Amino acid sequence: MAKKELWKGNEAMAEAAIRAGCDAYFGYPITPQSEIPEYMSLHMPQEGRVFLQAESEVATINYLYGAGGSGKRVMTSSSSLGVSLMQEGLSWLSGAEVPCVLLNCMRGGPGLGTIQPGQADYYQMTRGGASGDHHFVCLAPGNMQEAVDMIQESFDIADQYRNPCLIVVDGLIGQMMEPIEWHEVKKRDLPPKTWAADGRKGRAEHNVIKTIFVEPEDDNEFNEHLARKFEEMKKNEVRYEKTQCDDAEIVIVAYGTPARVSLSVVRKLRAQGVKVGLFRPQTIWPYPEEALHEVAAQDSVKRILCVEMSEGQMIDDVRLSVEGQKPIDFYGKAGGVVPTVEEIAEQVEKAVKEAVR
Amino acid sequence: MQREICIAGFGGQGALAIGKSIIEAGNEEGLHVTWTPSYGPEMRGGTANCSVVVSDEPIGSPVFEHPTELIVMNLPSLLKFEPKVVENGLVLVNSSVVTQKVSREDLTAYYIPCVEIADELGNQKVANMVMTGAYVAATHAVKPETVEEMIKEMFTGRKAKLVPMNIEAFHRGMECIK
Repeated sequence: MAKKELWKGNEAMAEAAIRAGCDAYFGYPITPQSEIPEYMSLHMPQEGRVFLQAESEVATINYLYGAGGSGKRVMTSSSSLGVSLMQEGLSWLSGAEVPCVLLNCMRGGPGLGTIQPGQADYYQMTRGGASGDHHFVCLAPGNMQEAVDMIQESFDIADQYRNPCLIVVDGLIGQMMEPIEWHEVKKRDLPPKTWAADGRKGRAEHNVIKTIFVEPEDDNEFNEHLARKFEEMKKNEVRYEKTQCDDAEIVIVAYGTPARVSLSVVRKLRAQGVKVGLFRPQTIWPYPEEALHEVAAQDSVKRILCVEMSEGQMIDDVRLSVEGQKPIDFYGKAGGVVPTVEEIAEQVEKAVKEAVR
Repeated sequence: MQREICIAGFGGQGALAIGKSIIEAGNEEGLHVTWTPSYGPEMRGGTANCSVVVSDEPIGSPVFEHPTELIVMNLPSLLKFEPKVVENGLVLVNSSVVTQKVSREDLTAYYIPCVEIADELGNQKVANMVMTGAYVAATHAVKPETVEEMIKEMFTGRKAKLVPMNIEAFHRGMECIK
């Protein structure tokens, strides 16, 4: 086994992008992810690649549109309110089918909020704030190892579907240190980028990157094409992890840092004989609907407890997945506060009491 | 076994660095470790603390409410975190700065004159290494040799001359635990 290396989350995630073959990084600093552009500003030029600090987040996403349109692997990272400013551009990249990787290291909101970790961008990431029918694969790593592995894969996902791929982490994953191993992440078979606006290259016509359609029928046809692509993503990219769900009476559903905290809750309460399990989505779009539906259908399961660092956003997808089979409880902390093991354990115990009533 | 260590002090006292030393040595020995700073709009002279977990099993939560071990470099940190330590927990106090004693009787407390020792060695900056030595001697969380190796790797090139002073500071810290 290769020796594990200690890394700070943000720096490891930046390094992962470099290893994934990121050609150009554009960004604008914002806590709690500023170590990513800092790391990129030093290491991208050393690799002969592009680092550019943009003049704003609005400009950043349009740099991605242009550079990504030329067929290069492009990335940006930001936090919550910075990502809000990129929403319009994301819609354009989606409409023009330009691949890119966008990492959101979420903090407390709304508005400026706080710089501490949050998850109140669930809607922003999975539903989006921009116009049009678009979806993005949203990878939601639960720890640093998963984050660096997923980032290495995210560029392939973006290229495979010609679509932005989003990495959704909370500020804690960016700020903490933990040992990781650098894995050779399996490369996907990718088609050549014959669509890229990178010169004629002997082609009869030059490639055009655009989002405009004059005829509604043409745009309808294009949307149908996008919809088929999104169905492919749903079929291929769903990921989740189940911990001790098989005989569980109470199942916690959580992603990111609250899932880590919940893992400690499961261990603590299992030692006391409480039958609790953890269902952890690793993609929040596409959501592991079927898998969660099946877990909820188990005879053993009495109640579902959704835990988030928000006032309740993922709970919508939990409800859509569970489809009323079992009652759903919610526990959330917002504004940068991380729920504690003790607090979540108390909620589980409350659910146990409800279940026997 | 899982240790949940809270390390707190003024910014610049090396609280975060003590935590990093512990996790680096732990990782070197193949233990599972996490280090989580409490980050905020902070600056030198403000408060700084970090949460460290060292475990022989994969770590769930990297943050915790009740530390098993507390290292405090200044008084506000003692007042803030002492009530949160688990029953019969361990507290290491930088007695050069904190003149107050630990008030709970169930806690095992050690008082380490980190700054005086660092001054004797000629550089106040090694005060945190004194505390690291005391922590290692009090808990045996990691082997002293691992920390010594780490110090040698930490200071290289022009900074290599700082190795003996840091190792000495580490040993002096260890000697404070009887």
